[in-house]
Amino acid sequence: MVRSLGNYTLSKVRGLGDFALFLARSLAAAGATRRLPGRVARAVHEQGLRCLPVILIVGTFTGLVLGLQGYYVLNRFGSEGLLGALVSLSLVREMAPVLAALMLVGQAGSALAAELGIQRNSEQIVALETMGIDSRGYLVTPRLLSALFVFPAQTALFVAVGLWGGSLSGSLLLGVDPGVYWSSVHRAVEGADVRECLIKAVTFGLLTTGLCAYQGFHAHRHRRATGARAVSAATTKAVVLSSIAVLAADYVITSFLV
Amino acid sequence: MEAAASGNLLVVEDLRKGFDGRPVLRGVNFAVRRGSLFTVLGPSGAGKSVLLKCVAGIEDPDGGSVQFDGRPLDFRDRDLRAAFRRRCSFLFQGNALFDSLTALQNVALPLEQTTALARGEIRARARQALAQLELEEHAGHFPGQLSGGMQKRLALARAIVTRPEMVFFDEPTAGLDPLRRNAVFAMIAKYQRRFGFTAVIVTHDVVEALAVSSVVALLHQGRICFAGPPEKFAASGHPVVQSFRDSPDALRATIAAVRRGADIPDTLEE
Repeated sequence: MVRSLGNYTLSKVRGLGDFALFLARSLAAAGATRRLPGRVARAVHEQGLRCLPVILIVGTFTGLVLGLQGYYVLNRFGSEGLLGALVSLSLVREMAPVLAALMLVGQAGSALAAELGIQRNSEQIVALETMGIDSRGYLVTPRLLSALFVFPAQTALFVAVGLWGGSLSGSLLLGVDPGVYWSSVHRAVEGADVRECLIKAVTFGLLTTGLCAYQGFHAHRHRRATGARAVSAATTKAVVLSSIAVLAADYVITSFLV
Repeated sequence: MEAAASGNLLVVEDLRKGFDGRPVLRGVNFAVRRGSLFTVLGPSGAGKSVLLKCVAGIEDPDGGSVQFDGRPLDFRDRDLRAAFRRRCSFLFQGNALFDSLTALQNVALPLEQTTALARGEIRARARQALAQLELEEHAGHFPGQLSGGMQKRLALARAIVTRPEMVFFDEPTAGLDPLRRNAVFAMIAKYQRRFGFTAVIVTHDVVEALAVSSVVALLHQGRICFAGPPEKFAASGHPVVQSFRDSPDALRATIAAVRRGADIPDTLEE
């Protein structure tokens, strides 16, 4: 029992070390990868465009719900004028980076894990190595670099449409004065809040893109599945681990920055 | 430098490899002469692909040595590995083409990523390779839009675009019908002569291999039990060579016995 627990712990620690090494090597490969800007631009286009509709929809509904819930809570204390502050701080500090990251994981991260898993299965990754091409530099590095831009951009977009959604439910439906709402937003959000939001977005981007790429890249290492089932298992694991990582990292960053 | 001086481009000595304690290669020895077409024969599961992957540095061998152009290969040495890969290409059983890239982009990929050539020069060389493989009009097609034979030629175009000295072919005819098998072996022989590269093929297609190879070797129980020119293979009295070479005759005898009502033991589980 103790031995199996010890072996399990050791294997998890080894896995963490392996992931850290994978991430570091992928980032370090940026210097040696040829024609990287073109591949980064393509990754930005893929990640950004693919996730745009879901970010707009989820951002709008999050704002709508926050406006609705916030109004009824604040109404109890006669503080409806603070609705803008509540919606904006909730979005900027917590909900936008976390929800945008989860949406990006579900949309782009799962696609990345599946794509790399299939490339591993069909020997395309080994083929790159035999051609003398650094497979991490060619396949993973552009995605990691694009995440550094796409995650903050999508998070900012999420905040913008969320604030609009909040004003829609607060002002249009429940009668809060639009001027009061927007001036409350303006007064509440400070530079430190925006900085926290961006730090979270960048961290989640690196972490989740790295995790999804790692799982797909090593789909052949799966012990209990091969072929299509290994790709499926890698994709599921990528999404689950990334989602957990987002929430865990959110707690750690918040506890340091608050 | 003994191997290079003797005209051997590749020398494999006592190569060993196992998986989960089960030995697959038990000390493989052979030498490949520069400019020759060397074929490793063996039944399915004999470890032919493992042998090729160990020689090409895709799998790490457990022991033994591989010498390329007279120098021992150590794939842990990045510079040595990069130098080896610049001079060799590998053609995979499933072609390993990038399905999101067009035929032209697939062929241009190794040049784009491993050379400092200008974009125009890369496109010209990729187009030239496609033309040499009679695929010029399919430059804008994706691999999924090409037939099996065209995909094989496209994979070969990608393999030769870097002008390698040696090309490894892993089961190039796996899953193909006899006509396509002939066509693929004829293609390999034709382009090997045209471009002058040294070819190492692993396959279990005896007839076709004997027709095109300079040297054939038979892998049996993790060792090379025969290596020599096709004529010697065809005339060899070695029992393993005989059983592998004469398997179509053996099958005909077995079928005749089955038709006579004889009880034939099932040997697939060996």
